[in-house]
Amino acid sequence: MSDGNDGSAAPGANGSRANRYGLRTVALVYLALILVLPVGMVFYRTFENGLQPVLQALGDPQTLHALYLTVVIAAIVVPLNTVFGVFCALLMVRRSFPGKSVLSVLIDVPFAVSPVVVGLSLILVYGRTGWLGGWLAENGIRVIFAWPSMVLATIFVSLPFVVREVIPVLQEVGVDQDQAAHTLGATPWQTFWRITLPAIRGGVTYGVILTTARALGEFGAVSIVSGKIAGQTSTLTVHVEERFQQFDLVGAYTSSLVLAVIALVIVLAMTLLKPKEASS
Amino acid sequence: MTISAIGITKRFGDFVALDDVTLEVTGGELTALLGPSGSGKSTLLRVIAGLEHADAGEVIISGEDATGRPARDRGVGFVFQHYAAFKHMTVRDNVAFGLSIRHRPKAEIARRVDELLHLVQLKGLAERYPSQLSGGQRQRMALARALAAEPKVLLLDEPFGALDARVRKELRAWLRRLHEKMHVTTVFVTHDQEEAMEVADRIVIMNEGRIEQIGPPRDLYEKPGNEFVMSFLGPVNKLGDVLVRPHDVELLLEPNGASTEALIHRITYLGFEVRVELELPNGRKLWAQTTRESAAPLEPGKTVHVRPRATRTFDGDGAEMRPAGDSPWWDRRVTMEVHHS
Repeated sequence: MSDGNDGSAAPGANGSRANRYGLRTVALVYLALILVLPVGMVFYRTFENGLQPVLQALGDPQTLHALYLTVVIAAIVVPLNTVFGVFCALLMVRRSFPGKSVLSVLIDVPFAVSPVVVGLSLILVYGRTGWLGGWLAENGIRVIFAWPSMVLATIFVSLPFVVREVIPVLQEVGVDQDQAAHTLGATPWQTFWRITLPAIRGGVTYGVILTTARALGEFGAVSIVSGKIAGQTSTLTVHVEERFQQFDLVGAYTSSLVLAVIALVIVLAMTLLKPKEASS
Repeated sequence: MTISAIGITKRFGDFVALDDVTLEVTGGELTALLGPSGSGKSTLLRVIAGLEHADAGEVIISGEDATGRPARDRGVGFVFQHYAAFKHMTVRDNVAFGLSIRHRPKAEIARRVDELLHLVQLKGLAERYPSQLSGGQRQRMALARALAAEPKVLLLDEPFGALDARVRKELRAWLRRLHEKMHVTTVFVTHDQEEAMEVADRIVIMNEGRIEQIGPPRDLYEKPGNEFVMSFLGPVNKLGDVLVRPHDVELLLEPNGASTEALIHRITYLGFEVRVELELPNGRKLWAQTTRESAAPLEPGKTVHVRPRATRTFDGDGAEMRPAGDSPWWDRRVTMEVHHS
């Protein structure tokens, strides 16, 4: 296909071809330096001393607990943010109400605010001396240095993904299909499940995958609110840092590898699940 | 299955889309809402369907007050300009939608869908997706879908507006035949006067949120109630206050008592129809629609004698006036004196 283009664009063809390969090379070298090389190094370092230390690190109860906690947090956060995200996107696209632009800005706050700030602000509110934390502590509910605060922090940092992925899809789909469903006798609930949701499926899927990736990979906010109690409030990312500081490099690399593999699976799933409407 | 829309007013911000509009549609009739864009015709249709809520007025569908009811309880079938096909469903599932959400038995749904697909000539395409259909096929699918739940009334919003000219013409004739078979009370919106004239039993002409005139196509064409209706339903020449249709401009080679001279500027051949652009001695321009035979002796730059077969004059309120005969037709001014004479 590119050959045909080159043939037709005779005069500047050579120049543009050189130009194109030049651009490709720059892009690939750039990606190799910042992405492929470091991730490749993690793989290499992990298996540097063979499989045995890796299996040992994987079998470590603290690593297993960190993996378990990471998955549990994601399993709570992703559904919550998906429901909120779809609801919020519907509100933003289909309703007009006072304060809409304020809501739009608020949704983007997690993109803008550093996770460290998120963690500290959670401690301010839910910590023992915080204005809600004191009351919660009296009632025997522990938020900070326990999993509830880690869930809160993860919800916060991964909040915008579903909203931001679904809004453009909703705008493109329009309201015609929904209105058609209404005139055909569908209730709003039926219309949502049978028409709206299938129509925005692609955007929701993409948003869910990004949310999951962010939830699994979150470090800053979670590490501050968790208290980093190994075997109790340590997620995989926190665990990696902890192992690294203990000079247990194999442990750190192994946990990193687990995170990388999960990320890879997510990216693959994203590619496979992408709606194939373009084929029509 | 009548429709009454009584005293409907609808505003979008400062814009008055419908200004106290009252419309009665008789059962079994095919009615066209015709008007330029922004005239309120689509809004009126959407108010009837319950897709828009009027600021004032009532909607009564086959005797029942539907004003406060949501669209799903009004028993209307609605067809959208851009099809509104459910893209993730096959043609069969699209058509079955209205029945399946009502939890009708599977066998009944299958039978009814087959029947409708046959009716709209999409029988072999039941398992296709909308993206695999042409525009005309998609709109026929949308029509079958709207008819599936046996609506009391069928509402079509510029149903052929997104189709190319040839398909549009085919579908018009097809809709007319379908209506003769089904006799569902039908209202369709169009901005195309030819489409309205060809398909509708009755045309409602709308302009700036109001109804200008209602009547059968021929009545409206022959007895337009005001200048807007006359000029919207077909081309007109406006000479002062006198309106004359191009096909009512007679071209004579020899003068007769009532004719005036005119210079031929340009002749355009459009197959059977020929357009002759003319200029009168007082500088006014007009054009005549004639046939190939009558145009044969004419040439640009030559002089011809022009006489109108019929003219119309409306006063400021839109009422028709009987012009006095003392000034020549091509230079007639309507004055109050003339009105009272």
